[in-house]
Amino acid sequence: MTDLSAVQVWTYVLVTVTFMFYLYIGWWARVRESSGFYVAGRGVPAIANGAATAADWMSAASFISMAGLISVMGYDGSIYLMGWTGGYVLLALLLAPYLRKFGKYTVPDFVGDRYYSDTARVVAVIAALFISMTYVAGQMRGVGIVFSRFLEVPINVGVVIGMVIVAFFAVLGGMKGITWTQVAQYGVLILAFLIPSSALALKLTGQPIPQLAFVFSDLTEKLNQIQVDLGFKEYTEPFRDKSLLDVLCITVALMVGTAGLPHVIVRFYTVPNVRAARWSAGWALLFIALLYTTAPALATFARYNLLASLNGKTIEEIEQLEWVASWEKTQLLKYVDKNGDGRIQIAPGDAFLRTDGDLNLAQPNPATANEVYFSADIIVLSTPEVARLPAWVIALVAAGGLAAALSTASGLLLVISSSIAHDIYYRLIRPTASEGQRVMVGRICVVLAVIVAGYFGINPMGFVAQVVAFAFGLAAASFFPIIILGIFDSRTNRTGAIWGMIVGLSFVVIYITGTQAHKIFGTDQPWFGNWFFGISAEGIGAVGMVLNVVVTLVVSRLTAAPPRAIREMVESIRHPDHPAPALILDEESE
Amino acid sequence: MANPRSETSTPSPNDKHRHLLDPYWRANQRLIWTLLAIWALVSLGAGILFVRQLNAIQLGGLPLGFFFAQQGSIYVFVLLIFFYAWRMDRLDHKFRLDVDADPTPPPQAH
Repeated sequence: MTDLSAVQVWTYVLVTVTFMFYLYIGWWARVRESSGFYVAGRGVPAIANGAATAADWMSAASFISMAGLISVMGYDGSIYLMGWTGGYVLLALLLAPYLRKFGKYTVPDFVGDRYYSDTARVVAVIAALFISMTYVAGQMRGVGIVFSRFLEVPINVGVVIGMVIVAFFAVLGGMKGITWTQVAQYGVLILAFLIPSSALALKLTGQPIPQLAFVFSDLTEKLNQIQVDLGFKEYTEPFRDKSLLDVLCITVALMVGTAGLPHVIVRFYTVPNVRAARWSAGWALLFIALLYTTAPALATFARYNLLASLNGKTIEEIEQLEWVASWEKTQLLKYVDKNGDGRIQIAPGDAFLRTDGDLNLAQPNPATANEVYFSADIIVLSTPEVARLPAWVIALVAAGGLAAALSTASGLLLVISSSIAHDIYYRLIRPTASEGQRVMVGRICVVLAVIVAGYFGINPMGFVAQVVAFAFGLAAASFFPIIILGIFDSRTNRTGAIWGMIVGLSFVVIYITGTQAHKIFGTDQPWFGNWFFGISAEGIGAVGMVLNVVVTLVVSRLTAAPPRAIREMVESIRHPDHPAPALILDEESE
Repeated sequence: MANPRSETSTPSPNDKHRHLLDPYWRANQRLIWTLLAIWALVSLGAGILFVRQLNAIQLGGLPLGFFFAQQGSIYVFVLLIFFYAWRMDRLDHKFRLDVDADPTPPPQAH
């Protein structure tokens, strides 16, 4: 037990030290004026913005759950790897430089001005709020889970601690405080991910760099062989559970959705100029790629290790593995000798019975030969113990998981508060509001958003995965097409954009609610199956995007061209040296 | 605020280069579509559409298609963005649109 308490002591020490560090940065970067609050005074260097974007983007789910998901899905897990990185190419080439040139504070600002329509602005605000709230609710839950696991407090207490800390950063520092805190959080989370992965790679292959170990060892071939021996399909076999078309659509929807997410886009408003926006997208993806190329390697290593160290072993042998005992206590791992042969076998299918869709670890499932249940989350969480790393590394993983969850939550909360305070309060309700009033309303909105997010963190919705599919589908079918067309097609007008959004959004909303009705509304059956070429709810955003583009282009050409001023604005967005129209307007109005 | 009076901003300090602006935009678009073609080829092409065929080839310990899906495409994405940033710096410079090098930068808020 001395070992466990050493872990706890280290966890308290590292979490406290990193948090003091974040708090210090938040205090150092505190702001008074609204441009500092919303866009960090546009003074963030490209590399720092890249690191902040990476921390903003990589949530507790990327840090803790993604490698585990890939480990279970094998090749099919590539949808997350390509989908959540490929979007940055779209951002860097098609969106970031132009939105930065446009200036302003939020995505609805661009939509409202480019399409000279408050209706379009309101649709954009609602979509931004929905997408961000969906995300942040999951993050607060993630914070609670990490706290409860490592500090051994109840999950709900963990959520409340997280709420207080996030609110402190966001209220005090606004975007400037959040940006610099996120830079620090990136450092913590990437070290916490790379050190254990590298140690496991070294232990299993003798090569410490996970990416090299992945390509130049025979571990994947061995894993394929074990999978086949146990009755699974090969790990690298494509399209195990999803069709080619579905994999394609999901990947595209995630890529396009990523590029349309407001909390990612807004990061590119914080850099000094167009040039910095381009470079900073590169830095962001480089920092993200460090984790995203390590995760699939870790997924393979950890699955190999798990299967090799548990399957066919006697109960006594397994009981001697310290990490098994430690994770069994958290209910993330459970084994039972169903056939009474004194050994543990792994096979396809659930080891335990499900009640209402959730596994019931008290009731072994007699229908399968599988005797082990493990949560995908232990792939990352158990790595330091499996690789026999010292206690401080285990503590570092806790600090990294918290950094990942907190940095994403604070970035999202800022988007929510700016949507309400800037897009609704200032733009639509009180255009005469002073600097001080706008920052004050922004701060109040952060507090309200934290409370709402905390509520959903404590009372999680039962269909989180479907809601996330929703967020990406909506971003893909709404923001992405109308922003791109707004920049690259000066003929796109208000009527076209509004109809494009309406058709794209309605198609995606109807398709997702219909195919997921049994999970969202608790009906007995989904209203309809995946009738559109078998494409699942996660991938339908790709189709919604195409619909939006087609409708927008056609309707725009059947109706009057946009006013001359708008066409000149588009012209000016395309050229880095013209003065930004939005900034000049702001200057005049203040 | 629905109708930005952007005519106030368009008479640019660059009117003498105005005839050069269109070639700039065309060159930018050419670059974008070329890079996006590579982007689609490595991810959607090599990683998904042709993954089965490419898996017949081994790269070290990994089937090639699987490698593209889980490693290779991400490396290419990073290179594409940096390449674009580098080429656009040169293009901006060629058309004298780079803000950094401009002795009298256009008015900017803040």
